[in-house]
Amino acid sequence: MHELSIVLHIIDIAENEAQKAGAATISEIELAIGKLSTIEPAAFDFAWKQGVKNSMLEQAGRITNYIDGKGRCNLCETEFLMETLHQPCPECGEFFSEILEGKELQIKSLRIEEKIKN
Amino acid sequence: MCITCGCGTDEAHIVKDDHGHNHPEHHHHGHNHSHSHGNDHPHVQDRLLHLEKDVLHENALLAERNRGYFDAKQIFAINLVSSPGSGKTMLLERTLNDLKEDFSFYVIEGDQQTSLDADRIKATGTKAIQINTGKGCHLDAHMVLHAVQQLKPEENSVLFIENVGNLVCPSMFDLGENQRVVIMSVTEGDDKPIKYPDMFHTSCACIINKTDLLPYVPFDMDKAVENAKKVNPKLQIFQVSCTTGDGMDNWYHWLKEQVQRLQSA
Repeated sequence: MHELSIVLHIIDIAENEAQKAGAATISEIELAIGKLSTIEPAAFDFAWKQGVKNSMLEQAGRITNYIDGKGRCNLCETEFLMETLHQPCPECGEFFSEILEGKELQIKSLRIEEKIKN
Repeated sequence: MCITCGCGTDEAHIVKDDHGHNHPEHHHHGHNHSHSHGNDHPHVQDRLLHLEKDVLHENALLAERNRGYFDAKQIFAINLVSSPGSGKTMLLERTLNDLKEDFSFYVIEGDQQTSLDADRIKATGTKAIQINTGKGCHLDAHMVLHAVQQLKPEENSVLFIENVGNLVCPSMFDLGENQRVVIMSVTEGDDKPIKYPDMFHTSCACIINKTDLLPYVPFDMDKAVENAKKVNPKLQIFQVSCTTGDGMDNWYHWLKEQVQRLQSA
């Protein structure tokens, strides 16, 4: 399952960024995951639980925003909610469309606790 | 840590030649997740870091690096993807044998374990290298970078990268290839493209293999083509049998055209 490999990539990036910022701990991470990004939420949750053990994200809260798929028909330019990649345009019925949103796989932000020496 | 790209997180390794057992040439150790806790009793302040960072950005950078290398040497690189058992390796064997007078070929084989596929490719006289991904379900740009460093494909050659048999995960990982080609076979069902749409959406060509078995299986070719075109209207489709050679000429013609286009650019 690629979800675990994605979780490990997230941990790498988060730890790297947190350490660069001199963080003692990461208290929260916010993610944006497109519904057309091939990430299966249940598999992702499972992989997360296992993956974050012994990492800086073990105790961190996770906010995961799942972004709806949005497509635009290449023929009539109608924009529509895209739930699958093989969904015809609701106006003209064509399959020739472009994905505008829904492929995201991003770390939006990290909330860290910094050490401040007296 | 690897000095070329600073890597240090992968479990994949490249299988060395001429050994009865595998030496992990590039074995990476797991993450070091330990982190120090201050012991000088500091105050703690809460801060929000706005990252807006793509999770796969590192793969994307390495893929661009591979792509630049292929461009500079005018190497035509094809990422071959499919579910296990659709006939990727047999398609390669046949293609390598039939076109050996036309092209200089190189092959990177990706499997979780064994070097059986690379051995089959080497038996055709083609230079090949095996990547074992261990538990990994896909190749990534980083594995390909190191495989290419060892394989050293020459200028104006054609490089096939046979991905791990899996129709889901490899679709997320750009390897730096010029073209992605998805293979399915008539024994798998004509609904494959809509069940695993991402792979068909990100490929430029689809080979439907084992057409010699059509009389024996309930596979509707028109339906399969229709499903594939729903997911990706631009998909080029080739119906072939690697066993009888039926339809292979169309695939060869397309391949020659693609290579010519790259090398005359």
